Amino acid sequence: MLNIIAGSLSVGVTPSTSSYESIATITVGSGGAANIEFTSIPSTFEHLQIRLFVRPTSTSNGPVFMQCNSDTGSNYTRHSVRGDGSTAYASGSTSQTSMYFNGYNVYAGATDRPTVSIIDILDYKNTNKYKTVRTLAGLENNGSGEVGLYSGMWMNTNAITSIKLFDNVNYGEYTQAALYGIKGS
Amino acid sequence: MAAGATYEPIATTTLGSAQASVTFSSISSSYTDIILICRHATNVGGNTFLRFNGDSGSNYSVTFLRADGSTASSARGSNESQVTLESFGFPTPDFGAITTAHIMNYSNSTTFKTVLSRGSNANSGSGVSAVVNLWRDTAAINSITISSSASTFSTNSVFTIYGIKAA
Repeated sequence: MLNIIAGSLSVGVTPSTSSYESIATITVGSGGAANIEFTSIPSTFEHLQIRLFVRPTSTSNGPVFMQCNSDTGSNYTRHSVRGDGSTAYASGSTSQTSMYFNGYNVYAGATDRPTVSIIDILDYKNTNKYKTVRTLAGLENNGSGEVGLYSGMWMNTNAITSIKLFDNVNYGEYTQAALYGIKGS
Repeated sequence: MAAGATYEPIATTTLGSAQASVTFSSISSSYTDIILICRHATNVGGNTFLRFNGDSGSNYSVTFLRADGSTASSARGSNESQVTLESFGFPTPDFGAITTAHIMNYSNSTTFKTVLSRGSNANSGSGVSAVVNLWRDTAAINSITISSSASTFSTNSVFTIYGIKAA
């Protein structure tokens, strides 16, 4: 990703586009889904990115919760800075059972206003450190909405091999999560 | 199994002279998301705007999160006539800015279109911002027009769109 951006900012340098690869895409069908899970994530990349497009159900836009390797223990931390159109908020918490992105949790009133998140999972296979996740996310609803920067940490040195994303209600039909791998040099 | 290269440059415009706007048209619908990267300056400093498919109606809205070096704040705009990518009135002539906008699921015809962007400018009085915009139209996006509240984008401003293709 950095190479690509550096390439685009440097006149005459062609960005390398072979370092960013699509791994898997999950699209929710009719009836919705309680969660989205990527499994058997290959260890051939340096970083991962999930680009998440959530179409709301009739009841909630919902936050996004994330767990790694099926760990449901209190092994996660959360931080965020977000704005709701009038106030900027900062928060943090430890010993959580999941990471948390996109705090908007009010039904937008229609299923045509998606919540979107770009989730960067850095150094996901490194067995010497805990895993850090960084997210830009938002929902806009012409008079309401929220945008924020979120970070989370999974306090485990295992390589990440699976990622589960879940809502407090079902993800609606056409919700799509795309997992990408970013290679090092 | 990885599907191969999926982050492709679609088009780049580098301004040889000052220009009021830049348009990318006939955008292929074969990608999942579009990323717009602006490395730009303007003649007097202004916000950067987008319009999709030539729509100049009051069909856009925005929520900002921003920090100016001392204070974090949030603001909103409703029934706007364009997408707003930043909120500090940058980039100015001497201090260029970098803005990255993610136009998510741009070619779907089921939902409205959401844009996530980040802007930054190191000039005194400027800062950093995270912004979400909504275009209330279910049509697939096939053109993007970039403009500014300033008069013109400066010479050597660079605008690039990339397509990201999911598996």
